[in-house]
Amino acid sequence: MIILPKTEIMNPHDFTSGDYAPATESSDHISLKKSYDLFIGGKWVKAASSFDTINPATGKVIAEVSSAGKKEVNQAVKAARNAYDGEWSSISGAERGKYLFRIARLLQERAREFAVIESMDGGKPIRESRDIDVPLAAAHFFYHAGWADKLDYAFPGKKPKPLGVVGQVIPWNFPLLMAAWKIAPALACGNTVVLKPAETTPLTALKLAELLEDAELPAGVVNIISGDGETGQALVEHSGIDKVAFTGSTAVGKSIRRAVAGTDKRYTLELGGKAANIIFEDAPINEAVEGIINGIFFNQGHVCCAGSRLFVQESIADKVIRKLKKRIGTLKVGDPLDKNTDIGAINSAEQLARIKALVNAGEKEGACIWQPEGRLPRKGNWFKPTLFTDCAQSHRIVQEEIFGPVLAIQTFRTPQEAIEKANNTPYGLSGGVWTDKGSKIFKMTTSLNAGVVWANTYNKFDPTSPFGGYKESGIGREGGLHGLSAYLNI
Amino acid sequence: MDVREDFTDCLLISTSNSFVMTIKKTYKLFIGGKFPRTESGRVIEVRGKDGALLANMSQASRKDFREAVVAARKASAGWAKATAYLRGQIIYRIAEILDGRGEQFVSELVSHGLREDKAREDLARAIDLLVYYAGWSDKYQAVFSSVNPVASSHFNFSAPQPNGVVGIIAPGRGSLSALVSTLAPVIVGGNCAVVLSLQDATTAISFAEVLATSDVPAGVVNILTGKRDELGPEFARHMDVNALMLCSSDSDEKRALELEAAENLKRVSVHPNRSLKEDPYLITDFQEVKTTWHPIGV
Repeated sequence: MIILPKTEIMNPHDFTSGDYAPATESSDHISLKKSYDLFIGGKWVKAASSFDTINPATGKVIAEVSSAGKKEVNQAVKAARNAYDGEWSSISGAERGKYLFRIARLLQERAREFAVIESMDGGKPIRESRDIDVPLAAAHFFYHAGWADKLDYAFPGKKPKPLGVVGQVIPWNFPLLMAAWKIAPALACGNTVVLKPAETTPLTALKLAELLEDAELPAGVVNIISGDGETGQALVEHSGIDKVAFTGSTAVGKSIRRAVAGTDKRYTLELGGKAANIIFEDAPINEAVEGIINGIFFNQGHVCCAGSRLFVQESIADKVIRKLKKRIGTLKVGDPLDKNTDIGAINSAEQLARIKALVNAGEKEGACIWQPEGRLPRKGNWFKPTLFTDCAQSHRIVQEEIFGPVLAIQTFRTPQEAIEKANNTPYGLSGGVWTDKGSKIFKMTTSLNAGVVWANTYNKFDPTSPFGGYKESGIGREGGLHGLSAYLNI
Repeated sequence: MDVREDFTDCLLISTSNSFVMTIKKTYKLFIGGKFPRTESGRVIEVRGKDGALLANMSQASRKDFREAVVAARKASAGWAKATAYLRGQIIYRIAEILDGRGEQFVSELVSHGLREDKAREDLARAIDLLVYYAGWSDKYQAVFSSVNPVASSHFNFSAPQPNGVVGIIAPGRGSLSALVSTLAPVIVGGNCAVVLSLQDATTAISFAEVLATSDVPAGVVNILTGKRDELGPEFARHMDVNALMLCSSDSDEKRALELEAAENLKRVSVHPNRSLKEDPYLITDFQEVKTTWHPIGV
């Protein structure tokens, strides 16, 4: 592991040490205000209380952000309702689509700015925010724009209608991308939105609100209210919304499911995962090793579909683990704004503590830990890429979602054993299969109880491709044709 | 001697000389392809309009329900893997057998208080529903799948897969078509079902006899007769039931069952407490969409 020299945000650091010269993305062109208010009914509204959003790589405060209380949640829902009953419903699908196309274009134009802010606020490597989060967010708007006037073709025999006001609560791992996943289909289907970004990563959603102003989206169609879990709870329990869309933990997802029980509110839940990434002896090993690395260390492992359980066929286990360790030795952990960085900062001190607690449990329960040499930066939240071998099905690191750069490795002998172990979890979001044999691929992909299965690849996303889980990983799909039904009365 | 005359004599002799008892049927549960009595030993007395005893129906217990889920789970992998063509033929076969035993169902429905013309209508509708869904067995996948044009060099497609074990809290006191309208879309999609039918539904158990003789594999459909307020929450609560079809017009019941169902995030599909119209979206209500990616290259 190579620790990159850490740079101060807004003040690029001099070259100090390490195998690579720092290649810090400039943040000169970023304009951030000292404080951000809530975006309600097309206006910026100051809430009674506020909180700081912190750069997890430095521990420094980036901005102060308003925290929406019950009053502001009410205001936002009312604004969304007024917009739905008023202007938004009178606009044709084709014109709605044009707003979304416009938003996509504006986001593409300001991509660099959004990428830098995303990495500052959330700790993810600039390479990922630049190449994945922001372009995909724009692509989601562009994709859904085209649906707005074609919904009658999506559901044979039906005349779909919008739901009304949608309350959306999103997580901190892909702040802007999740906002796009939620807002784009909701608007394409003719709904209005109240969106609450995560407490630790509100900035890109609030910047998106500025962009929506530039796009001249009618007031109240999208309302963005920052806050903590209580804000989210007030929103999902609000009697004025017709649908809840949530991405986050399974525990919160279940409580939301309970909150909407017996109501006419619709809901989609994208929750946790504990994906199995299965490597057969006939797999292309080097590609598989890259896939394992990408599967678990992408976005510091803060990914609900992360390939956090590795199943290697016994005959190649030693070889794969040796190659993995060698590859991990070349990963660069450090400044999220450095273009060479592979693993950035852990999103929050709270999340870091959760990762450490589970890793400790893994050691205590008897699994063998391995971490690369090297020292982590002193300030900020960091965790080394970590492997566990000798894991048992009952270990907490195998059963529980860690949401960090920690991989639990197990072996198997037969495809049937791999299927049984892989499916032995309450989760069912995603999975991976690596083999050169086509018939084996289809045997495995059809047998895994998971909503997204990557064969000979991993962690690929696209707005045309439905995403969502089986079992306790959630209810409903987002993206693609299938994702539209979440925002329509069919 | 004329042969016909001789035959008439025989008939006369046999009817005049004997007293023929009706053989009444014992209505039991239908679990794993067998007809066990409830382990609880409890029965619900069902009487016709004239007050005569129609049946001592088994009042299924929680344990009976758990046994039924085990049977459904055991059958689930095989039924999900059966070809769509085979599933279609089996569901069509149910219609054939039901049609052949139509008079039995008409008389049962009449004994429950339906007018004869209504009973015939109900039977005809049940048969039509089975034929309708049999025809969907190898088509809904195509209609509700997609090949997704992702912006990278991957082949990507999404297709439905069955939920697994589905609990059905069926509507329709004394109606066969109501039961079929909930069951057929669930099983045509490759799910196995545990059905709770209303307590006086002798038709449900007679229908189980049709299923048992229609090449439906054991455990694919399990039918319990029992009390809704006792077993409903068990259906919603069971951790190895993947989805619940709830036919209810009672908002308290809906809320209570949905609260229980949250624990394992069961898919819950709520419908009014009456026969459901033909609808392929009832099939997809009990499907999960799976998306598969593979690189394109050499």
